[in-house]
Amino acid sequence: MAKEEYRIIEAEAVVPYELALGGTVSNFFDYLKEEKIMGKRCRKCSRVLVPPRSFCPRCFEEMDEWVEVGQEGVVETWVYINMPFYGQVIKVPYVSAQIRLDGSDSGLTHLIAGFDLTNVNKVREIVKLGGRVKAVWSKEKKGNILDIAYFEPVK
Amino acid sequence: MQRVAITHVAQSPGVESKENLHDFTYQVNREVLDKAGLKRADVGCIISSSADIFHSGLSCANAFDWDGIGAFMKEGSRAEESAMSFIYACFRVLSGHFDTVLVTAAIKGSENPDNDAITPFYGDPFYLRPVGMNESVVAAMQMRQYMDRYGITEEQCAKVVVKNRGNALFNPYTHIRKRVSLEDVMSSDRIYDPLKALECAPKSDGVVSVLIASEDKAKKLTDKPVWLSGYGCSLDHFIPGDRNLLDGQLQAAAGRAYEMAGISDPRKAIDVAEVCEPYAFQELLWCEQLGFCKEGEGGKLIDSGITQMDGSLPVNPSGGVLAMNPYTSRGLYRIAEAALQLKGQAGEHQVGKKVKTALAHSTHGFGGQCHSVVILSA
Ligand SMILES: [Zn+2]
Repeated sequence: MAKEEYRIIEAEAVVPYELALGGTVSNFFDYLKEEKIMGKRCRKCSRVLVPPRSFCPRCFEEMDEWVEVGQEGVVETWVYINMPFYGQVIKVPYVSAQIRLDGSDSGLTHLIAGFDLTNVNKVREIVKLGGRVKAVWSKEKKGNILDIAYFEPVK
Repeated sequence: MQRVAITHVAQSPGVESKENLHDFTYQVNREVLDKAGLKRADVGCIISSSADIFHSGLSCANAFDWDGIGAFMKEGSRAEESAMSFIYACFRVLSGHFDTVLVTAAIKGSENPDNDAITPFYGDPFYLRPVGMNESVVAAMQMRQYMDRYGITEEQCAKVVVKNRGNALFNPYTHIRKRVSLEDVMSSDRIYDPLKALECAPKSDGVVSVLIASEDKAKKLTDKPVWLSGYGCSLDHFIPGDRNLLDGQLQAAAGRAYEMAGISDPRKAIDVAEVCEPYAFQELLWCEQLGFCKEGEGGKLIDSGITQMDGSLPVNPSGGVLAMNPYTSRGLYRIAEAALQLKGQAGEHQVGKKVKTALAHSTHGFGGQCHSVVILSA
């Protein structure tokens, strides 16, 4: 923000939006409420994408076949976030990761948690590239991506 | 084929400005016109680069900028990404309808929240934003894979900061002019482990203005025109999990630019490069993908000293984005700096070697989703 010796005026822009989920995202979230993780298979390249899309972004073809994927997967990459910023939706520190679920061909961005996250060096001993994690469900389902509360390392 | 040239450039001083965006923009645009000996009325067309709500607190920010750029009552348009604004400006000249086009990028990063608070909005509201994504998160994911796959060390990544912040000491138009040691970088806070605080670019104010002209007009306006000889741009998929973060679209963008410029060996052909590195390790990864070294050898490249100011292929003699990050303007800054090197007018950070061909690169989006490569020649 601007230094104090400069004369500034404070301004804020707050405007609400209502963004359509569309059919595929809605259905995916409905499945999450039933504790099922569903992907969509491309009829052309046969890849299964989680999170699902209505069309394959590689083939530019519709994806209409739902496929249930595993609730366990592999950590493709991860980051330990310890930087607070305005509007942050997850409390620091948190671990964000790309997780390739068994039976899926893309990375799902989600959280890894379920253990003490205060020390980055200890987290580095627990979270590993290629390590296996499994979904932990939120007790109360809201029909959104956080119905999976987080993924925890498989011991 | 018709040729198009950069004739003059002007940049705002890198420090935070107490001026409002209107006045700040006017000063730099007035300077570039004065340098060229032109009046506003003489300029054929205007292309701007700015960002709306998130980076300006304004809707339709270009409408606000119009007056300061001198664009009012003229033919003009805008892109957010300033390297794209540059190529639109070149198109307008190449169309044959305009002799001169002024392209300007303007932003006051000091006035809005940290980039980390703004870049979550790149993400969609369904899958990405609710799980705490932003640009730095994806960059750190990319860095961890990069180090793991090729054995690049954290020290090699940190060396990029030492080099670029060292170069910035000689650039009066950059933002942060303070030398840092390898130890400073390595011991800075692990804010997005493995990324450290000093490996992340700051947030800066920056107006940069570039005058572009047709071949005939350029030769009248300057004795040192800088010619556009190559351009390429490519965008990767949106969802980071769909992409290979270590093999994005930079090779495709660079390949098109090199083909257009007739370059087969970029390591030999490019004399100096201004590469957009909002995160330190990205300079190494981008250098590989630009063909400056082999795949996985970005760490060796920085160790070799080749990319230092006095090396055989200096990278970011201006100090790069790690020293100054005027978010949407940063691509046009790279282009302006490459042009100054070709003109021999970069001042204290003019590289030692003779510069005949220069490369400017810009990137935006999660983990380098979008890349533009511009080749300029003397
Ligand atoms: Zn497909």
